Amino acid sequence: MPTVSMTVNGKSVSGNVEGRTLLVEFLRRNLRLTGTHVGCDTSQCGACVVHLDGKAVKACTTLALQCEGGDVVTIEGLAANGELHPMQQAFRDNHALQCGFCTPGMVMAAVDLVNRNGKLDEATIRAELEGNLCRCTGYHNIVKAIAAGAKAMS
Amino acid sequence: MYDFTYHKAGSLEQAGKLFKNARDGAFLAGGQTLIATMKLRLASPSDVVDIGGIGDLQGISVAGGAVSIGAGVTHAEVAASKDVRGAIAALADLAGEIGDPHVRHRGTLGGSIANNDPAADYPAACLGLGATIETSAGSHGADDFFVDLFETALDEGEIITRVKFPVPKRAGYAKFPNPASRFALVGVFVAETTGDGARVAVTGAGPGVFRVREMEAALDKDFSPAALSGISVSADNLNSDLHADADYRAHLIGVMAQRAVAAAG
Repeated sequence: MPTVSMTVNGKSVSGNVEGRTLLVEFLRRNLRLTGTHVGCDTSQCGACVVHLDGKAVKACTTLALQCEGGDVVTIEGLAANGELHPMQQAFRDNHALQCGFCTPGMVMAAVDLVNRNGKLDEATIRAELEGNLCRCTGYHNIVKAIAAGAKAMS
Repeated sequence: MYDFTYHKAGSLEQAGKLFKNARDGAFLAGGQTLIATMKLRLASPSDVVDIGGIGDLQGISVAGGAVSIGAGVTHAEVAASKDVRGAIAALADLAGEIGDPHVRHRGTLGGSIANNDPAADYPAACLGLGATIETSAGSHGADDFFVDLFETALDEGEIITRVKFPVPKRAGYAKFPNPASRFALVGVFVAETTGDGARVAVTGAGPGVFRVREMEAALDKDFSPAALSGISVSADNLNSDLHADADYRAHLIGVMAQRAVAAAG
């Protein structure tokens, strides 16, 4: 069985995987980082979004072996020293979640969005959420939270 | 997904060898289509050759009246490229409308056109601009490259290396996306080229990307949305599914073509 090595949330990790092992499976099963969710498993819903080499990707549509030597950040890697990341705090403050299933992917997508764009208007936020589905909130509070999180991050 | 043997290729030469030695090989670029296809067991290669790390497939340059984009360049890189936007803004716009931001971070130009999905965006840009597709074995003109549904002129083991898009006088792309998949229900790329007159390429509507000669002739006389107003496209052989029947798609071709011409300015 092949071995894969990468950096996850700042730590060097490695493990034995099959060719077909997905990044999300490696994170959840091998590393027990279960904050990254599998929603649709068909690259639609975005619950599995993590950062790979600084860019938001769908971990259900990336092979673990493709990430050899890569730098991965998951939702568990955002908070530092017991303090929520500003984007996580903004989601909490704005009631941007109900069941919470989509939230890890939403937050990771939102951080990536701010990293790429800096200043954000509402239309940009809504357009950029195309790859993240939420079935509870109707998106309004998520959009508000991302605008607030972007401000807090700047 | 059935298991397979994964290989990482460091060079085109190595990728070719790995593929040749495989019983039933498949090349993996960004994987945004292949991995989904394997999950559905619509593909079950014995060996997957990852060409995502090959440096020769990277890079964007503008020279000699053409934009040259490496096959491994992602949609996000094309969408964000000032060089591409400066030369062919419609191409940068098209790349920025593929899938969603996360898919665009992984999906590649070469992967898209090698797959030749009948609703993919890039084939419309290649055909609409009269691009040249360079490969490990030579090159193909876009008019001969897109053969049929998921079928291209590529030989077994042939790898797309770069695509050269001639810079047109003006070009535009208009897409009516399927709201669930974001693939084109109908997408039309129009260009006023420097050497080949007007070109109109339609994706999403038929079994593969195709040109509409009657519209091209009308645009050759007058490159304006109004020039297309009397032209109707036959619904024969167009796709019909629960999202849109053939008549609706035929109508959309006219609407999207006019919007594309308007976007070309």
